Amino acid sequence: MHISEGILSGPVLFSGAALAAAGTAAGLKQLDYDRIAQTGILSAAFFVASLIHVPLGPTSVHLILNGVVGLLLGWGAFPAILVALLLQALFFQFGGLTTLGVNTVVMALPAVICYYLFSPFINKNQTIAIISAYACGFFCVFLSALLVGAALMFTEKNFFEISTMVVAAHLPVMIIEGFITMFCILFLKKVKPSMIVH
Amino acid sequence: MIEEPFASGNSIIHRIDPRFRVAAAILYSFTVALCYQFQPLIVALAVALLSVIFSGVGLKTVFKRLIVVNGFILLFWIVLPLTYKGKILYSLGPVDIYLAGIVFAAKITLKSNAILLILISLIATMTFATLGHTLSRFKMPDKLVFLLMITYRYIFVIAQEYQKIIRSIKIRGFKPKTTLHTYKTFAYVVGMLLIKASERADRVYNAMRCRGFTGKYNSLSDFQINIQSFIFILIMTGFTIGIILLEIQYHG
Repeated sequence: MHISEGILSGPVLFSGAALAAAGTAAGLKQLDYDRIAQTGILSAAFFVASLIHVPLGPTSVHLILNGVVGLLLGWGAFPAILVALLLQALFFQFGGLTTLGVNTVVMALPAVICYYLFSPFINKNQTIAIISAYACGFFCVFLSALLVGAALMFTEKNFFEISTMVVAAHLPVMIIEGFITMFCILFLKKVKPSMIVH
Repeated sequence: MIEEPFASGNSIIHRIDPRFRVAAAILYSFTVALCYQFQPLIVALAVALLSVIFSGVGLKTVFKRLIVVNGFILLFWIVLPLTYKGKILYSLGPVDIYLAGIVFAAKITLKSNAILLILISLIATMTFATLGHTLSRFKMPDKLVFLLMITYRYIFVIAQEYQKIIRSIKIRGFKPKTTLHTYKTFAYVVGMLLIKASERADRVYNAMRCRGFTGKYNSLSDFQINIQSFIFILIMTGFTIGIILLEIQYHG
């Protein structure tokens, strides 16, 4: 989920950058050196996974997976997503320098929120785990879409319609992300439970 | 699936010290992002185009990237003229088309393309490794630079792992459709990719410790400041100040 360059106003860009810097600092502080290799290579895996397009009727959508990022990395989501976005800017020119902060917050803040909301339930019994993993994937994308909408609204009141459209357009993505997150977390729980932080 | 099409080259821009390029690009992008008048924005786009020509990157590839990004902007061209309240330009039955919406969409388009072209010509013309070294010279936290480098280092490896998994599910006759089965399969692909990444990370970290890793990422690359770099930063600062002055002059 990206906001392109040249759309947002100065105050929104700078508050995004400040929030992203604070989040990244918090994430880096929690990350000791024996976790950096893990975080870096997982970040690479998320980058590759976000290039996967899953079919949706006649079109396709690409995976976002910030729910999974949150459950696996906690606060580490901030530096991991910042790095991934910088790579995207350099490789594909999606997003760029001025929107780097805002886009990091849009993706990483929901990941951290969902980590606090849902990770305590992932290790409970199967039914609770299924529901909370689905909710994690769904809400993470929902919150990201809301943040995109908010960034647009704070830029310009007249962006109200376009903001609502952004949130509405992401509804199918939320549903799919819910399923993908659910299956993915259940898979990890079965195959390598130590990967999910608690 | 992942490439750095602009990174290699031997143009004037490629030879300028990366630190100067990063500094100029950041300064220029933020300045353009904060402009709201047509005159400075048109100048900004012209300068950015010039910069792309000097960087000698493949114009065809640049064009392809522009199309993708302008696809997003297209949404604004469709929605804003109908919703951006202001002077009515034209009434099509019950639908009003607002002049302010068209003006705003045009400004966004100019801005977005100018910033993008500067990114392509000044930053995408270095490898990610060089960018990492540059950021470490700018006193970014060691941990962040290290994270950048290790992610970049393993992206290509993980992409190969991904292609291996995709090949194996194709051999088993998997065809993606809008079904729960498809989503489950992709979720397992992602899960497997994450497990492989995590286990690789353990091996990498152990190997690094065996070689005496202390937490400091040492960069051996040496940046050379040449006379062109100084001329470049002077010109870019000049253009940036010019754009700011134009913005102030035509403001309000």
